[in-house]
Amino acid sequence: MLGRKAKEAVAFTLFRGCALLVVLALAVILGYILTGGLERMSVEFLTGMPRRANTQGGILPAIVGTFYLMLIVLAISVPIGVMAAIYLVEYEQSSWMGRVFRLAVYNLAGVPSIVYGLLGLGIFVAYLGFGFSLLSAGLTLSIMTLPLMISSAREAIAAVPGAVREASYALGATKWQTIRHHVLPYALPGIFTGIILSVSRAAGETAPLMLTGVAMSLQRLPDNLFDSFMALPYHVFYMATQSSDLQATRPIQYATALVLLLLVLGMNLFAIVLRKRYRDKYRW
Amino acid sequence: MAWKIGKGGRCRGRRNKHLPPREKAIQLALAAATWTSVIALAAVIGELIMGALPAFSSIDIIAFFTGTVWNPAHPLYPLYGVLPLFVGTMMVSFGAALIAIPIGLGCSIWLAEVASPRVKAIFKPAIEVLAGIPSVIFGFFALVVLSEWIAGVFDPVTKLNALNGAIMLAVMMVPIMVTLAEDAMNAVPLSLREASLALGATRWETVRHVVVPASLSGVVAAIVLAFGRAVGETMTVLMATGNATLLHFDFLRSVQTMTAAIAIDFGEVEFGSEHYHVLFLVGLVLFTITFAINLLADWVTRRFKEDY
Amino acid sequence: MTIAIHTDDLHVYFDRNHALKGVGMDIEMNQVTAIIGPSGCGKSTFLRCINRMNDLIPGCVVKGRVMVNGQDVNADEVDVVDVRRRIGMVFQKPNPFPKSIYENVAYGPRLHGVLEGANGKMRRRKHAKAELDAIVERSLRRAALWDEVKDRLDKSGTSLSGGQQQRLCIARTLAVDPEIILFDEPCSALDPIATAKIEDLLVDLKEDYTVVIVTHNMQQAARISDRTAFFYLGELIEMGETKQIFERPQKELTEQYITGRMG
Repeated sequence: MLGRKAKEAVAFTLFRGCALLVVLALAVILGYILTGGLERMSVEFLTGMPRRANTQGGILPAIVGTFYLMLIVLAISVPIGVMAAIYLVEYEQSSWMGRVFRLAVYNLAGVPSIVYGLLGLGIFVAYLGFGFSLLSAGLTLSIMTLPLMISSAREAIAAVPGAVREASYALGATKWQTIRHHVLPYALPGIFTGIILSVSRAAGETAPLMLTGVAMSLQRLPDNLFDSFMALPYHVFYMATQSSDLQATRPIQYATALVLLLLVLGMNLFAIVLRKRYRDKYRW
Repeated sequence: MAWKIGKGGRCRGRRNKHLPPREKAIQLALAAATWTSVIALAAVIGELIMGALPAFSSIDIIAFFTGTVWNPAHPLYPLYGVLPLFVGTMMVSFGAALIAIPIGLGCSIWLAEVASPRVKAIFKPAIEVLAGIPSVIFGFFALVVLSEWIAGVFDPVTKLNALNGAIMLAVMMVPIMVTLAEDAMNAVPLSLREASLALGATRWETVRHVVVPASLSGVVAAIVLAFGRAVGETMTVLMATGNATLLHFDFLRSVQTMTAAIAIDFGEVEFGSEHYHVLFLVGLVLFTITFAINLLADWVTRRFKEDY
Repeated sequence: MTIAIHTDDLHVYFDRNHALKGVGMDIEMNQVTAIIGPSGCGKSTFLRCINRMNDLIPGCVVKGRVMVNGQDVNADEVDVVDVRRRIGMVFQKPNPFPKSIYENVAYGPRLHGVLEGANGKMRRRKHAKAELDAIVERSLRRAALWDEVKDRLDKSGTSLSGGQQQRLCIARTLAVDPEIILFDEPCSALDPIATAKIEDLLVDLKEDYTVVIVTHNMQQAARISDRTAFFYLGELIEMGETKQIFERPQKELTEQYITGRMG
């Protein structure tokens, strides 16, 4: 009997160790970025234009570029994604067509980001002639975000219990009325969480941008969709691997990474908190 | 008021043939939105094939798949052997899997079976935060910090090597694995655990002999999917592994993955050139591999689904 | 007439909810004791105190004494794993493991091994295959399932019918050789024919085991039990010989429940 108890103690201690290791890794990475980046952080850094080939000045164009990209993703993948999710849950449940759709979304989710870059390059930059621009990059990111958007919206909509729908139909409501008045309102917080998570994922992507025209250094902000643009994640990559003086610009690299990290983590934490409040509120 | 008369016949589920035009229009719009996902997937595949097609006629395809030298930038004799890139991808991915699988499994079991609700409430968000960190940040950390630590311990020829990439990828793989595997274990009903404990089993014996076997398909799928993500990862390996394109199996030397090759070379390649099309071909190979891995995960889940 | 289980001023709290209030009762060895009462009266909670399954519920506090064969099961030095081996439990909804029939029954014996030795020096060793085969057959026979499954021991336990699954769970419990078996509404998810088979089995089991059954089916209690205890809102109202409880109940609440005027 002692052997069995001891085995359990050893096993569970090992597993606890694994969890601690993971938390440690997270803390270390966050810690380094935070401490390394604080040195260079300032209002000028966040609002100024880059100077002297990115070795001085600020990163405003990169921040603005990322925001514009997020707006494009918001405008395109959210409506399409939510509509598709509604359709998948409410209209097309078990027929073979439904399986085809589910398979398509599942496989889209597994496509590597660089392959989306190739897609963007071939179709938006070249074939449709949008060139290296915000539009090409934004469209590419939107397609990339679509599967995540559909999945999380689907989860939120499917979580609404069937009893609610049945009650509505039993009163003579049509399908769309049921969806609009009884399903969507309850699914909205979950959908909102999904939107935030999807957009924050898009904000952190680099590979697709590299193939659709992100710029290394710009002295002005983009003023239309076909303009060139900078972006935070690419700026981190570029500065860390190709800037003119790697050692001297290290603080800038850290600071840019910190800005990106704060942006993405801020959005993620907001989504997590939102989801928790929503779960506590609606206990079916 | 008379009932609306329609065609009688067998009950066919929820198909109502008497949709008013507004409902029909809405349904069509929603369906169209859903079709974009299929179109997008078709576009990805189509674009890869179209982009890679010219390469089939201009280079020796056999040499592509078997060649051990990747040197497309050579002005006179460009060589397009994909093996160094393939080996590079496999080295970092398998290396990462070797580290991430035990740690990920340990975390999942701890989370699903051992951890108290209070601790869980802290740990699960931590995992989500880790999962949300952009890959370029991991790449940056590997480039600037992790490589120094590895250099301190192993004293390798180059700081940026396959081991650097493998370790960083492992850190990225763990959250994916833990989320999916924990879901699979939580899906095992409480009554099975109770039955085991009521027979006088310890908690660990219950986990080992009842919970894990009952959730095996989900756990295996989690591993496979996490591996697929590692194969498709770009920025981390791009910044961590040094990007030298020699074929070798030494973890302490620099490698380049397929993903990194596409990303880097596109900075210098000419539109429509042979190199351009070969990069699409590499992309096609990459896509096929990750597609196959996804299919495998899906198959494992469906074929071996336990019933309880 | 030996006492197998004795409880003394047993209280159970689930956070703020006072689920069991001062229950004191004696359960006799080698008899079928039924516990009846309306929903939510604490029958299952009481049952789960005996083999300490309530430990698994967060926020549960147990006060008072539960003595099994003279030993306090809640004492610090008592190994809960051993308690659960010696006191088996069959649940309301059949819950066979998604393993083969053979593996379901062999699971318990495999874990515990066999205790052997002499002169006070006992040690545990693993069962040999032949021993396990014998235990599986013996348990399935005792649970009246052997003839139906002897040709398909390698088939999954979940492929059986509901009644067969429940008998498999009983065989699984018998395989670890308990002294007491607790049944928590074992027939409530089964059809009448399967129920009848299990009821016959329960009466047969009392020869070798002490059987305690929680049931919301009064007629079942009247059919198969020797003694009956009536619970109401967390308290033990009355306990005695089954015949006496059903024909001449002493307390008014008991009479109201028996005659269907309440509950």
